[in-house]
Amino acid sequence: MINAIEAQGLGKRYGRRWALSDCSLIIPAGQVVGLVGPNGAGKTTLLHLAVGLTAPTSGTISVLGAPPASGAAHLARVGFVAQDTPVYAGLSVAGHLRMGRALNPGWDDGLAKRRMSQLGLDPRQRAGRLSGGQRAQLALTLAIAKTPDLLVLDEPVASLDPLARREFLEAVAEIATARGITVILSSHLVADLERICGYLIVLTASRVRMAGPVAALLAAHAHRQALDDLVIAAMREAPAEEAR
Amino acid sequence: MGFASRQALIQAVPAVVAITIVAVVAAVTGPHLAQAYQAVLASCGQGGCGTALESLAGQDNGLRLWLGVLVIVFPALAGMFWGAPLVARELETGTFRLAWTQSVTRTRWLAVKLALMGLASMCCAGAVSFIVTWWAAPLDKAGMDQFASFDERGIVPAGYAVFAFMLGVTAGVLARRVLTAMLATLVVFVAVRVSVRTWVRPHLLRPVTEALALNPSSTGYGSEGFLPFPTTAPALQPAAPDLPNTWITSIGIVSKDGTALTGGELARTCPGLGHGRGPGSGLSHTQAPPSVVNSLHDCVARIGTSFHEVVTYQPASRYWPLQWYELALYVGAALALAGLCLWLVRRVG
Repeated sequence: MINAIEAQGLGKRYGRRWALSDCSLIIPAGQVVGLVGPNGAGKTTLLHLAVGLTAPTSGTISVLGAPPASGAAHLARVGFVAQDTPVYAGLSVAGHLRMGRALNPGWDDGLAKRRMSQLGLDPRQRAGRLSGGQRAQLALTLAIAKTPDLLVLDEPVASLDPLARREFLEAVAEIATARGITVILSSHLVADLERICGYLIVLTASRVRMAGPVAALLAAHAHRQALDDLVIAAMREAPAEEAR
Repeated sequence: MGFASRQALIQAVPAVVAITIVAVVAAVTGPHLAQAYQAVLASCGQGGCGTALESLAGQDNGLRLWLGVLVIVFPALAGMFWGAPLVARELETGTFRLAWTQSVTRTRWLAVKLALMGLASMCCAGAVSFIVTWWAAPLDKAGMDQFASFDERGIVPAGYAVFAFMLGVTAGVLARRVLTAMLATLVVFVAVRVSVRTWVRPHLLRPVTEALALNPSSTGYGSEGFLPFPTTAPALQPAAPDLPNTWITSIGIVSKDGTALTGGELARTCPGLGHGRGPGSGLSHTQAPPSVVNSLHDCVARIGTSFHEVVTYQPASRYWPLQWYELALYVGAALALAGLCLWLVRRVG
């Protein structure tokens, strides 16, 4: 089976600062994968490289067996919700759905409209007037209505209140089960992820500290009771000199 | 692509409103100007039309000025308000992460926007210019100086607009900030327009050269620029010949073998020239004393035995060829900038 993401010696430099350096990892397909790590670990850079928003400075990355964003057909297979869930403030909710329909050949209009009415979003409402939770739901709707094989979510709940956070993660879990697609979800909080993730990757300073199915990780480290403790311990093991 | 054209249409609303207002103003006041022109021609008959036409050309000066300014300014606005934010706003607000992860490559995304909005810029500027050119036609015909309003009439404003638009987009991709991109667009656009007007346009077609005898009664002496700060050394200044609707690009004094009259030669032929402290030797205009006028007259007559006046100019018939050449120049530059934008946008991130 083709992995969702394979990275080999992947690095990205902005000016003189390396946002990600020499990162090698494999993210398996077909499950909900949590990518957890402290701020500045390179999570956002890694996900931007995966969806083709950024080109690597060094190393290689392949997504669903092909270079990221290699043509319209490949773009159609990857859905992305960026950090802080950007939407066009002046464009209405219905306008966003029109945009999605115009720019995505695999667009499922029924799915998008159903979700909007379930969430109680007024189609005429300007996106700039939505609450943080509603905006995140709109961004998620755009990403899933294009019917991708891989859904990438970058810190989607970081700015949401606890209730909106719960609702958003439940929506993601529901989509993952219903459609059987791969979902990659990043967060700096383990608590956000443990409820819905079947697979966990801990990233610190561009290095994979720990990776595996959540159940297996917990079993292997039976002396640690909670996933939270396990992740914190993995992060602390990061040798100081590798932090650069 | 229905969505993109719909968005372009929404952005074009202010421009369409402005064009409509100009069209209404022109439709209300234009016919009166055309009638006035016909009336002047009918009343003055053969000869003697000069002063009547001149006074007609002076009519509606305020509106003529403002409509001209609008045609001049419109392309800069297209660059600043359509071009500069096109990519810069996506980068500034972070929505590029939404736009460029849809099932369309970002090259195609930008190419569609450039084509739609570039064409819209051309059409809007072309429409404004068309209306103003039609409105001002009687005044322009009466004024007999078509090249004076070259930049505000005809087809060149469409070229300026598409160039300014592409310049704005390029500035936006490079600056990644809307405000910075808008300012950069304005500065570079003005610089390019002035440079082309000053250094390129006169050479788009080789000017016609005409030799004339120096006329002692219409040749003056002085410097160019404003009085306390002359920009050139004092020299003989022949009056511009009366060539209606032409564009005189230079007036010089040369000998039979084509060498220009030097200051030294002038001083040798006319010792004491300029020492009379005659006209304009202060900030006030005074009538020169007859002695100074006579000595200048004699001086020009002496110079005229071995030197003559050379005028280079673009004849009236070159107006439309020059319009087409300048349009092609700006459209070509716009296409080059569009290519640059498409190349640059792939490297963002």
